[in-house]
Amino acid sequence: MSGGAGLAELVEGAGILVCCGSGGVGKTTTAAALALRGARLGRRAVVVTIDPAKRLADTLGLGSLTNTPRRIDGDWDGELWAMMLDTKSTFDDLVAKHSADAEQARRILSNRFYRNISSALSGTQEYMAGEKLYELHEEADFDLVVVDTPPTRNALDFIDASRRLTNFLDHRLYRMLMSPTRAYLRAVNLAAQAFVRTVSKVVGGEVLDDALAFFGAFEGMEEGFRDRATRVQALLVDPATAFVLVASPRTDTVAEASFFADKLAESGISVAALIVNRLHPRFGKGRPEADRARGRTLAGSALGSLFTNLGDLRAMAEAEEATLVELSAQVVPAPVVRVPLLVDDVHDLDTLARITGHLFPTG
Amino acid sequence: MDPRQFLRASRVVIVAGKGGVGKTTVAAALARMAARQGLSTLVVQVERASGLARLFGRPPLTYVESTLAPAAGTIAEVRGRTITPDDALLEYLEDHGLRRISRRLVSTGAMDVVSTAAPGIKDILILGKVKALERSEAADLIVVDAPAAGHAITFLLSVRGLLDAVRVGPINAQARDVLELLSDPARCSVVLVTLPEETPVNEAVETAFTLEDRVGVSLGPVVVNGLYPLLPGLDIDPVEAAEAAGTSLRPGEAEALAEAAAFRRDRQALQQAQLERLDERLPIPRLGLPFVFSAELGPSHVDLLAAALLDGVVGLADGPTESPVRAPAEGSPS
Repeated sequence: MSGGAGLAELVEGAGILVCCGSGGVGKTTTAAALALRGARLGRRAVVVTIDPAKRLADTLGLGSLTNTPRRIDGDWDGELWAMMLDTKSTFDDLVAKHSADAEQARRILSNRFYRNISSALSGTQEYMAGEKLYELHEEADFDLVVVDTPPTRNALDFIDASRRLTNFLDHRLYRMLMSPTRAYLRAVNLAAQAFVRTVSKVVGGEVLDDALAFFGAFEGMEEGFRDRATRVQALLVDPATAFVLVASPRTDTVAEASFFADKLAESGISVAALIVNRLHPRFGKGRPEADRARGRTLAGSALGSLFTNLGDLRAMAEAEEATLVELSAQVVPAPVVRVPLLVDDVHDLDTLARITGHLFPTG
Repeated sequence: MDPRQFLRASRVVIVAGKGGVGKTTVAAALARMAARQGLSTLVVQVERASGLARLFGRPPLTYVESTLAPAAGTIAEVRGRTITPDDALLEYLEDHGLRRISRRLVSTGAMDVVSTAAPGIKDILILGKVKALERSEAADLIVVDAPAAGHAITFLLSVRGLLDAVRVGPINAQARDVLELLSDPARCSVVLVTLPEETPVNEAVETAFTLEDRVGVSLGPVVVNGLYPLLPGLDIDPVEAAEAAGTSLRPGEAEALAEAAAFRRDRQALQQAQLERLDERLPIPRLGLPFVFSAELGPSHVDLLAAALLDGVVGLADGPTESPVRAPAEGSPS
């Protein structure tokens, strides 16, 4: 089947495209290329990237980073916008939105424990990516939101992050400590306090004081956060949201991609497309073993080098295809789209357009 | 340079680099090279998803040491293990007389609260354990397969951050010990891994400066992975080459040979340009590893890469191993 056709329908119809895969497989570039295609189709598209390479960021107008989308001009019918996710300011906005008054927001924003959340708590980046995606889709009226996920091992972390983080914010350890009124909780509470004393002994008391002050200040906001998290999660599993798996043709990254696909399947989500980047081109038909054998026989001559090279590259192309067999079968009926290894890094709209050309060969 | 001198420069070598550059492969090759020089070697994996064990054809590593490649004649053993924060925390608590509560601390999710309150605590637990291994001389060489860069910087920077956040107590003492290890070139160094491509080169340069300036860790050579081996004669027309060799080509063969040669020449030119950029921007010794024409690497490839690494080390100039990285000059990353 023509992979490009299936992907084209996806970019035409989906409301949200989530690109997932392990680090170094070209997720950011792929996300940008998909959004560009969306704009070409006349859609109002935005790409949200987590950590773009500097030159790609520059071309996309993200040189001076902001957490709000910036429009990129070009000769397309639709609109292309790009932004880089700023985890902390997204979280700050969320706190401001849900706090009862300016004083509550101020107390939270100035707390040291809170300030650590965006940099140190695992899952926060995924949580805020989901939040931003919801905001862009529901509130900013983008037809197509393409998001480049953090290099999370588990795709479910992305879907699940909002729920996990909301549970964290509503931490039961804190509840135990702060609501000792009910008699039956008192025994639990004594154990919890012993526990806290021990933790203080290990990390130092002031660290824990910050944490307790934070949970105290946060009181009353859980409801708003929980409600929002539920809506973000619902959007992520909505049929309008499609998960695009990005991989490179190596055993290790393919194994990671396969793990992602398994985890998505556990949540009843299927992979909408598989994009494989960095494939070696295939030069004509022929058996690499035969080429390499001729290379050995002719060793020392230019023809020997030429055959060795052809054999090496054909062997590589074959080995790469072989890594994709099982994964392609696993994601059926998702289209599998191949992008060859490019000579240049993508750092302007022209090279980005070339990637789009490989993703959508029919134009 | 004498490879044993190179390998004994510091007992702990942290291998760091961006995702996808082959950091784990380089860690494996370095370990195998050391073992072949007779140094017992322990590889430490800090992320669950690493493919380290597979490179040696072994089942996944656990918190308990296992053999990755057995000793044979003059070749020493390569062992491997994981150090994950949860396991390291359990061990730490048990060692500090807190066995009773340790499981509960980890299972109630309280660890999340603690690690948010004191960012970097997880990294300190890992590095603290590495330090303990170094102190107990667990192996002649300890190779740490670091988390992917970006995170590698946070991983190493967390020590200083934690010293600010936790001013007293055992964690503070632990952080001090780790900082001492990281800033002593005779005990610890970082080997950066990159690819001969634009973005990975930029990132390696930035990481190198950040590590030296902000962590104060000593840099070993930078390893450039995935270099196409040079083949002389790829610029010769296949038909002429066939005539010179006194043979002829089948239909279609000349085109395939010419296209494949052109592809490789383009890649090699690109690689050469990136190597020059790297040398210009990061004036530290550089080692190269050949591209392996296979999609799945196994023990035989690790041996091949270990041999290539050894050749590279032998070719390095003698002299102090301290890093000659200077303050960023004009045009360097800010």
